[in-house]
Amino acid sequence: MSLLNDGRDHVRFKTFSRRSLILSGGTLALFSGLLARMYQLQVLEQDRYATLAEDNRINMELLAPLRGRILDRFGVPLATNRQNYRVILIPEQTDSVERALDRVSQYIILGAPQREKILKEVRRNPRFVPITVAENLSWEEFAAINFHAPELPGFILDAGETRDYPYADKLSHILGYVAAVSEKDLADPDPVLRIPGFRIGKLGIERQVDPALRGKAGVRQVEVNASGRKIRELSRRVGEPGDDVVLTLDMEIQKFAQARLAEEAAACVVMDVHSGDVLALVSNPGFDPNEFNRGISHASYQALLSDPKLPLINKAIAGQYPPGSTFKPLVALAALENNVISPETAIHCSGATWLGNHAFHCWKKGGHGAMNLIGGLKHSCDIYFYELARRLGIDRIEEMCHRFGLGETFKFEVPGEKTGLVPSRGWKQATTGQSWQQGETLITGIGQGYVLTTPLQLCVMTARLANGGRKVMPHIFRSVGAESHVRPEADLMGLSDRALQLVMNGMNAVTNEGGTAARSRIDIEGFEMAGKTGTSQVRRITREERARGVIKNEDLPWERRDHALFIAYAPVAAPRYAISLIVEHGGSGSKAAAPPARDIMLLTLQRDPSRMEAIPPIARARRGTEEG
Amino acid sequence: MAGFTFAPAGREARIIDKLSEINWGLVGIIAVIAGIGFAMLYSVAGGSFEPWASKQMIRFAAGLIILITVALIDIRIWMSLAYPAYAMSIVLLIAVELAGEMGGGAERWLNLGPIQVQPSEFMKISLILALARYFHGLTLDEVSRPFQLLPALFIIGLPAGLVLMQPNLGTATIIALVGFSLLFLAGLSWKIIVPTIMAGLAAIPVAWQFLHDYQKERVYTFLDPDRDPLGAGYNILQAKIALGSGGVFGKGFLNGTQSHLNFLPEKHTDFIFVIVGEEFGLIGAGLLLVLYVLVLASAVSIALDTRSQFARLVAMGIGLNLLFYILINVSMVMGLIPVVGIPLPLVSYGGTAMLTVMFGFGLLMSAHVHRNVEMARHSGAFF
Repeated sequence: MSLLNDGRDHVRFKTFSRRSLILSGGTLALFSGLLARMYQLQVLEQDRYATLAEDNRINMELLAPLRGRILDRFGVPLATNRQNYRVILIPEQTDSVERALDRVSQYIILGAPQREKILKEVRRNPRFVPITVAENLSWEEFAAINFHAPELPGFILDAGETRDYPYADKLSHILGYVAAVSEKDLADPDPVLRIPGFRIGKLGIERQVDPALRGKAGVRQVEVNASGRKIRELSRRVGEPGDDVVLTLDMEIQKFAQARLAEEAAACVVMDVHSGDVLALVSNPGFDPNEFNRGISHASYQALLSDPKLPLINKAIAGQYPPGSTFKPLVALAALENNVISPETAIHCSGATWLGNHAFHCWKKGGHGAMNLIGGLKHSCDIYFYELARRLGIDRIEEMCHRFGLGETFKFEVPGEKTGLVPSRGWKQATTGQSWQQGETLITGIGQGYVLTTPLQLCVMTARLANGGRKVMPHIFRSVGAESHVRPEADLMGLSDRALQLVMNGMNAVTNEGGTAARSRIDIEGFEMAGKTGTSQVRRITREERARGVIKNEDLPWERRDHALFIAYAPVAAPRYAISLIVEHGGSGSKAAAPPARDIMLLTLQRDPSRMEAIPPIARARRGTEEG
Repeated sequence: MAGFTFAPAGREARIIDKLSEINWGLVGIIAVIAGIGFAMLYSVAGGSFEPWASKQMIRFAAGLIILITVALIDIRIWMSLAYPAYAMSIVLLIAVELAGEMGGGAERWLNLGPIQVQPSEFMKISLILALARYFHGLTLDEVSRPFQLLPALFIIGLPAGLVLMQPNLGTATIIALVGFSLLFLAGLSWKIIVPTIMAGLAAIPVAWQFLHDYQKERVYTFLDPDRDPLGAGYNILQAKIALGSGGVFGKGFLNGTQSHLNFLPEKHTDFIFVIVGEEFGLIGAGLLLVLYVLVLASAVSIALDTRSQFARLVAMGIGLNLLFYILINVSMVMGLIPVVGIPLPLVSYGGTAMLTVMFGFGLLMSAHVHRNVEMARHSGAFF
């Protein structure tokens, strides 16, 4: 019971006491260490820290990295950064923010909503925090404010960097645009996104390779005085600018094609049949991406949305059209490959053919007479292709379509590709619950009915015909940063050279031997072009209308007129470039689509030699100087 | 032996006797330290009692009542409560793990209706009580025997592991340090201590693998604060600037510019020592450390002056708990160790921490008041 009864407790206490003293000694040693550290910080290094803190304090800020540029294949800048003139207000330096805004409104336009936004921003922050009042000032506005600076206390002028698209609406669908970081974007932990005013890629290539273009944030330390105002910069670690992206585009061709298609709702794709380099990818009309960067107004956005020519849609990759007669070379190839015809097989065209009690008409009212393969393609005889389709059946047409990339996407670098539609028995059963009808096979044979293609798919199809049957894939990146995107030659698809050559002969006849596009012939040696016109109906012609005489396109309202299409490759002797072109509701392919396609192809051919020598300037030189 | 009841008649007299036994000098030092805390919270708020100083003062007043109440309760009652308290804390820790509300990115708080509790705070006190109770029943030789040693290790390891899982590395470290210090004081043989420490050092690379990414990041940042000057390194750098610029005499009360301009994060909680250093300089901050040393010395003196092994271990345990808090917090804000979320006892703003610290002082004081109470080794004190 008592302590003394337990003899060993004495031993226990002695150990406890001894060890308590050991711990106490250790404690004193550690506290001496802490005091020594305090002595070091507060006495030995006091001057250093006092400089940093006593009258001035350091503030650290993230520096936005310079966004990578987007260049065409010759190094022409397509998306760059330019000076952005801004007016900034420091609330504490004015007697009243309201009055200060009134004063500055004499030189720049400040709308009521903008004013409200500024006032809200002012209320939310301490009074020494600078608030951006207006951005993207014109030089005149900038100069006016600069001149009147003495009457405008509290306002500071500043030049920052902002994204600039020098070609505005000519590349909007390819490049996309950058805009302010949204709440959703902040799921990305990159600190760069938290920099006020930072812009992020929202559409097109700007979005597709945003991480590469973005770069890494820099940091600077600035001295700020007691009120938090910046005094001077102490140190600066420049971030890494984003990578430059070099595209396969040739801006001269792109610009020309855009101008040639002028006010039409149209799309055009030009590509290298061997490499798959896309040289032009036009979708008309476009929109000005600079507006989105600045923050587009509601009215302008509504106008873009309600325009019947759909400027926000990238028609080259997302516009889906019946290919019409441009589909016929594929049907001809399928017929030859499957031996359902020989090149000489003659089919008589009387202007119509019957299947059961349904009449299928040729576009030429009186008929073409006896047609063989070359003639069928040259004159685009519908009766000839109804017969080919009938002999082939839908399954074999479908198979050939997929080999040529129809009904599929190419993992193209510009986001938003559509698949188009290659109809099949299974597809019809699944979507309508009905079985496939032979009449539908016939209609498919002339590129009408269910079949839908995008201009990019038509261009790839033409390229695969012209390059000897290789499965070339389209692409638009030449390099991203230091990473090259040049690809090896595509694999052969196992088509017979003879069948390909026969189809190409037929396409040659279309332009060079008095066919449907004879007026668009390129009559320069070595530059000859072979092609195929297409006119695809967007309405059904009734039996009564046919009896009365088909209404001319020009007499129809715009949205009910036919689409005009043209596909081509050149030079005929050694094909190098393929083109596809569509003019929405443009009327006939030979009148509305073939002539501009010819001019675009001619320019492409003329620019060819220079292209082979060109070495695109890579961004690394630029980066080296900035980091130094 | 367990029964300890007050005779209703003698009760009043005994309470007055006991009150006079309380070491009022120590209470005075504690009040001065807390007072420094109030002043700093007043300064950090820009010369205002709101929002921190006034609440902190109320909490300290409540803490004083707890301290005195705990001090008056017989040490034998605390001994009999040791295991139940420990068991309850473990249950709460598991509960917080299962249903804990997110707080500061980690599950540390348990929401009990209107109040939130941090079970890891209770755990520190219960662990001291439980270990003291356990070692009280062992002879010196028994402490080092595997059969008796393993339960002790389990008593330490279970809560340390649970707190580490929250994850709360700082508190887990303190629990483990206090636990092993008590093991050392209980007389663990050097033959076990020396090889264990050596093996522990060898195991550091392995332990590294088990740290969370954010914990590793803190160590990296500690080794190279410029690595991330706007992230984790920011705290350390700004703290050093504030402290260093204070100099010998400081900038004066309410004149700490670094802290007032919001450069310093967590300035009213974990980084409050920096404000002391900035406004009162080396002299002020040094004085605060000296006051802490006096409190620790009182704990040692109380421990050595107490008859029962339980009370001695409790007194030292409370002192050690305080010591590790101070050491880790002050080393952290001076950039000597990586940043861990550990407040400065009595000074940092915070409710649970203040009340637990005062409760701990209450136990220390109970050991002092009941220093002549004798308890045999085998005094099973279950209710």
